[in-house]
Amino acid sequence: MSDMTAEGGKNTPSSPPLASSGRAPGRGRRDWPLYEVFVRGKRGLNHVHVGSLHAPDDEMAVHAARDVYTRRNEGVSIWVVKAEHISASSPDEKDPMFAPNGDKVYRHPTFYEIPDTVPHM
Amino acid sequence: MAHEETVYDALDQAHGGEGHWAFGTGFDDPLAGVDTTVPDGVDPADLGAYCLMLGDDALVLAQRLTQWVTNAPELEEEVALANIALDLLGQARLLLARAGSVGVLGRSRTLAGDTIPDEDALAYFRDVDEFRSTALVVAPNGDFAQTIARLLVAATWRLALFARLRASRDPVLAAIAAKGVNELAYHRDHAGRWLLRLGDGTAESHQRAQAGVDAVWPLLADLFTATEVEARLTAAGVAVDPASVRDEVRSVLDEVLTRATLRLPAWPADAAPGGRLGRHGPELPALLEELQGLARTHPQATW
Repeated sequence: MSDMTAEGGKNTPSSPPLASSGRAPGRGRRDWPLYEVFVRGKRGLNHVHVGSLHAPDDEMAVHAARDVYTRRNEGVSIWVVKAEHISASSPDEKDPMFAPNGDKVYRHPTFYEIPDTVPHM
Repeated sequence: MAHEETVYDALDQAHGGEGHWAFGTGFDDPLAGVDTTVPDGVDPADLGAYCLMLGDDALVLAQRLTQWVTNAPELEEEVALANIALDLLGQARLLLARAGSVGVLGRSRTLAGDTIPDEDALAYFRDVDEFRSTALVVAPNGDFAQTIARLLVAATWRLALFARLRASRDPVLAAIAAKGVNELAYHRDHAGRWLLRLGDGTAESHQRAQAGVDAVWPLLADLFTATEVEARLTAAGVAVDPASVRDEVRSVLDEVLTRATLRLPAWPADAAPGGRLGRHGPELPALLEELQGLARTHPQATW
């Protein structure tokens, strides 16, 4: 159906008539960068990661995110960021990174009564 | 409250935790509280006919865009085109329901079962000569570039029309237009962004965008000529004279094409209405066969 490529941020959709089929091998969305999508819901709170998508550039990524991830009235604000720009902790470091927190109960504010009227805790 | 796992959970909580987010949350009924009385001095038959014109444009273009589903060049773009189609289908539904509410149903009411709502009867059980869509939306999709060129023209034209229609003396049309303006602004924006990237992209994308634009421009010919129905309703303050949007449409399209480094095709001379009077080429019967086939084969089907 399509052979799309990205060259210097531009792209070339070229689609034969609808009746044809078969994707051109070796070209296509692999050339589009992967974006991670964050949506802030109606009520405020924080932007939450909802998924990822491919897009030819930042601007189209925001628009694609609107169409793919906010179809059901989920959001009032969208962030996108190229996945390659995210620095992440390594799964191999899981234990040294997180295990030391497991037994430090005094770090958790569990000794307070939180009134029902305090939201988002 | 525990930390919300996803934005969807958060929304569900925000709306009382009924767990219905899949069906949408916080949506407004666009016609809630709108007076449905036909304005004084307006022939209901004219009003209904006008609603069919605007509704059929949306219905037919929605069907054309739907033909990209499973065929679009990218998954993300497929969802975008389907979203636009759904917006248009929503506009069609409201407009056809308005036509039905003032008694304009043609032969469809006798063909459709009693349990079928007016708007569905109009969509699924009207024959091709009863459709009032313009050639612009009936034309086949062509390739992706041509689809985008047609969408840009259709959205630009309809947005200009709807922006003025918000002042209609018919409160239902005014409400439908007010809802539609936001949707159409997004459709125009989406098509415009794509055409910029295609036109100012590679040699191949530029050539295809130019070919698409060249194929679509002649379809502008009859968009700005009012039918007698539109002329009467314009005089009554209900409809918008299509000629009054020509300058805006032209300046928007000229600007987008220029920025997209595309050559402006010759602007076609005004032509007499065709599709608005039910005169269609062979493409519309084929489209309606696809659109109406299931409903006509199984008129009582439910799910």
